[in-house]
Amino acid sequence: MIEQPNLKYVDDLAGDDVAFRQQFITILKEEFPKERETYIDHVENKRTKETAAIVHKLKHKFNILGMEEAYRLAVTYEKELLEGQITADAKFKMILDTIAGYIKNI
Amino acid sequence: MNCIVIDDEAMARAIITKLCGTVQDLDVIEEFDNAIDAIKFLNQRSVDVVYLDIHMPGFTGVDFVQTLKNPPKIVLTTSDTDFAIEAYEYECIVDYLVKPVTQERFEKSFQKVKNAIVQKPKVNGSESQETDLEGDLYINIDRRLIKLKFNEILVIEAKGDYIGVKTEKEEYRVHTTLKKIKEKLPEKLFLQIHRSFIINFTKIIDIEDNSVLIEKNVIPISRSNRPELMRRLNLL
Repeated sequence: MIEQPNLKYVDDLAGDDVAFRQQFITILKEEFPKERETYIDHVENKRTKETAAIVHKLKHKFNILGMEEAYRLAVTYEKELLEGQITADAKFKMILDTIAGYIKNI
Repeated sequence: MNCIVIDDEAMARAIITKLCGTVQDLDVIEEFDNAIDAIKFLNQRSVDVVYLDIHMPGFTGVDFVQTLKNPPKIVLTTSDTDFAIEAYEYECIVDYLVKPVTQERFEKSFQKVKNAIVQKPKVNGSESQETDLEGDLYINIDRRLIKLKFNEILVIEAKGDYIGVKTEKEEYRVHTTLKKIKEKLPEKLFLQIHRSFIINFTKIIDIEDNSVLIEKNVIPISRSNRPELMRRLNLL
């Protein structure tokens, strides 16, 4: 079962700052779908270097969303992409789908 | 204290800006999504601290650090630790924060920044003077590198295509120019008082109209160098 994203880190940081929490969610809703699309475009066209760059960006979001296993997978995947290998595309896409579903409901 | 935040991701900038707001005396005056715009900004005004992402497309954080001539204190922010060891080779880099940064870790980092900024004035203060006095210079004599302590050197004289370095015990003949050795000497201790002479300022015994006495050596003062010598004297 894929681990589920959460907003614990952001909630801890925000405290009573509702505006910050909302700002974070707005940015997440804006940035994530674009980055997901970019990932799919690069990986489907086998642009491994560019795919590695977008995986690097996305892994930061995994971390912020408390997805430690997904983060570790992304770290390995990024390295392999830099060596020209596309190894974990299916798993990575599943993680992206999970986050996309989560974002719709926050 | 003021700072800027450089990160190509809006989310990361928002988080660092939020963290900056949790500590006292730190204002974020600008955010940048690329390093080049930040460099342009820093050419116009100075800041105390830069929170800098390493991995940015095109012009990276490392490029940024290497580009700045007089960099402010820099705290690196990154998603991984690959650059950590290399980072500390740069004197301006105070800390290395791995994302996601917790408030506790940020506070510790800010303390490091404050300490680094407080230590900065010492460079021109007593610590620097002590370093100058204790410093040394290696000269090449017959394929041997001989160490001379700065505070042992009395006078350096240009003699054609070599120089004479006079210490309290010996005189060394070195194939170099006065200009080259001058670049290696601490300005606080040494002063060129004639086109052919550099003296250790602290070794002066007395000064007559156009000459300086250092041990038993009478060194001429040129008219053009005299004002600087007089300016440096602690005259009563």
